[in-house]
Amino acid sequence: MGALSFQLALGLYLVAAALAMAQLLRASRLLQGLSLLGAGLGFCLHLLYILYRYFGAGHVPIASPHEATSFFAWCIFLIFFALQYRYRLGLLGAFVIPLGAALMVVAALMPQELRPLSPVLRSHWLGVHTVLAFLANASFALATGVGLMYLVQEHYVKSKHLGELFQRLPSLQRLDELNYRLITVGFPLFSLAIITGALWAQNAWGSYWSWDPREVWSLVTWLIFATVLHARLLRGWRGRRAALLTILGFVTILVAFFGIKLLRKGQHVFL
Amino acid sequence: MRLLAVGLNHRCADVSLRERLAFDGPKLQEGLKALRALPEVQEVAVLSTCNRVEIYAAAREPQQAAQAIKGFLSSFHQVPPEDIKDPLYVHTDQEAVRHVFRVASSLDSMVVGEPQILGQLKEAFQLALQERTSGVLLNRLLKKAISVAKRVRTETRIAENAVSISFAAVELAQKIFTDLGDKAVMLLGAGEMAELAARHFISAGVRHMVVANRTYERGLQLAQEFRAQAVRFEEFLQAMLQVDIVLCSTGAPQYVLSKAELHEVMLRRKQRPMFIIDISVPRNIDPACQRLDNVYLYDVDDLQGVVDANLGQRKKEAQRAEEIVAQEVEVFERWRDSLQATPTIVALRRMAEEVKERELRKLLNRVQLDEAQKEAVSYMATAIVNKLLHPPTVALKNSHEDRQELIALLRKLYSLQAEQ
Repeated sequence: MGALSFQLALGLYLVAAALAMAQLLRASRLLQGLSLLGAGLGFCLHLLYILYRYFGAGHVPIASPHEATSFFAWCIFLIFFALQYRYRLGLLGAFVIPLGAALMVVAALMPQELRPLSPVLRSHWLGVHTVLAFLANASFALATGVGLMYLVQEHYVKSKHLGELFQRLPSLQRLDELNYRLITVGFPLFSLAIITGALWAQNAWGSYWSWDPREVWSLVTWLIFATVLHARLLRGWRGRRAALLTILGFVTILVAFFGIKLLRKGQHVFL
Repeated sequence: MRLLAVGLNHRCADVSLRERLAFDGPKLQEGLKALRALPEVQEVAVLSTCNRVEIYAAAREPQQAAQAIKGFLSSFHQVPPEDIKDPLYVHTDQEAVRHVFRVASSLDSMVVGEPQILGQLKEAFQLALQERTSGVLLNRLLKKAISVAKRVRTETRIAENAVSISFAAVELAQKIFTDLGDKAVMLLGAGEMAELAARHFISAGVRHMVVANRTYERGLQLAQEFRAQAVRFEEFLQAMLQVDIVLCSTGAPQYVLSKAELHEVMLRRKQRPMFIIDISVPRNIDPACQRLDNVYLYDVDDLQGVVDANLGQRKKEAQRAEEIVAQEVEVFERWRDSLQATPTIVALRRMAEEVKERELRKLLNRVQLDEAQKEAVSYMATAIVNKLLHPPTVALKNSHEDRQELIALLRKLYSLQAEQ
């Protein structure tokens, strides 16, 4: 049953992603409604899958690459729906749903069996640290989606070609504010994830920080988003620069997430 | 009864002729009543705007009615008949319906998609109702025209996108800034175009305005008019720190703002975005400013380009609107067909027949009757139906004056459906 709900969620996300991208070509309330409906149903089934794994394994199901990737996707959809509910940015789905769906495809390609957790990781820190980290990552993913929308819209305004998409995209100011707000949500979560990670490491291995590649990359990510916030407040780096930096920051997250896993080194073996 | 539309618009008559034929002020009511008094015309409504004068009417003989209306126009407005013979168009029946729907949907307007025409048509309808010059047919036509126009408005993007330079500037500003209510506008120089654009910005919600003009007195005067703050021209760079939108038309022969100066301003205002509209010819703001981050610089040609693109977009949408109009004309014509007497009589009889059968069946289920009694009861029921239906049938067949009113009324009273 667990595997089935995962497959169904994946299928629904893929359909939703296709419909959301079709919106870029054609304005249609029907397309938007169907794509949100598909993503919403997928999201519910996905939650079911996560709960199923949680009760099956007895711990937060973020302990294998498959689980982590799938949970990452789920967090992205969670924040996407929260944003959609609050701001109703019609085209946001076209920039975010495909990303979530792509992560799900990656998750589907990974071995899905339940793995016993090594005793050293068996701790409440697992849930706290990983959930914080993924909520932060998902906020940054959404900030990236909004940043991409900003870059597209700014391109239209600067190039003076005001096409149909220009009419449907939100205003530059709104996109810039939303990017900022998402980072102000993601950044504290990310900081807390690093702190709880350090505490957990101290607890499990007796050292707060051991410069494993994942820790280094997280620090890079943290520094980039710290720069985004700092430069905005002090130097007025907003708009295009903020959007570009956000995208760069998100790339470091993806590198840390997938790149290091391929090397399979360090303490974060399970991710 | 048949429908007709007689009129002229901006395409077939120049402004001087349109002026002479316009029904303005009290003339409108007066003309409406006089038209209704024409023996050839049974129902009438008048639409008179600066771009068109149109008379919508219902008449038994459309050709005669059209002649009568033309004669009336020429005598009422004291225009020689030969002056209006060519420009006046006459549409009848289906073509009249299509014409009214197209006018209401702004497909026949000078600027396709402009919204005023619908309001003007509503007023014309209101006046006809008030003066009781319209009837079943015209009321239905005009009501339908208004709903068709609304359908076109919501189902196509015909009315979207600005088609004037000033509006295009406001629309752009709304895509750069979310809300113009907390944004400030600077008028740099007091050219006529900038002033016009400023008015558009104020009606779009801008509350703060700064005027910087070479002659300070003229600036002060303009500032008073806009309830704005006046600053000396030499201080405009300083004032730019506080504003978000600049409307520039100074008439200076060279640039008054260089890229380096603007860069300095942007740094000092912490890169808060700036929308600069250079309406001056020759341009007053170095076009290189466009390359600065968070600066959006548009000159007259850029805005004209936006307007042209929008007009092209409207033309595309107009095709979709024409399809909607065609569908609606068909629906309306089906309704008009249903106003023929025969199908109504048939429908009425069928309904009565059904009632009779039903009631007879109910009765025979309850009461035991022998064959002869059954026949007698059934005979009586048929007789009652026939007697009751005879007068309306005759009235429908014989009425000429108000047949369509009667039919419409009858259909409404008995909720008779039109034949498919």
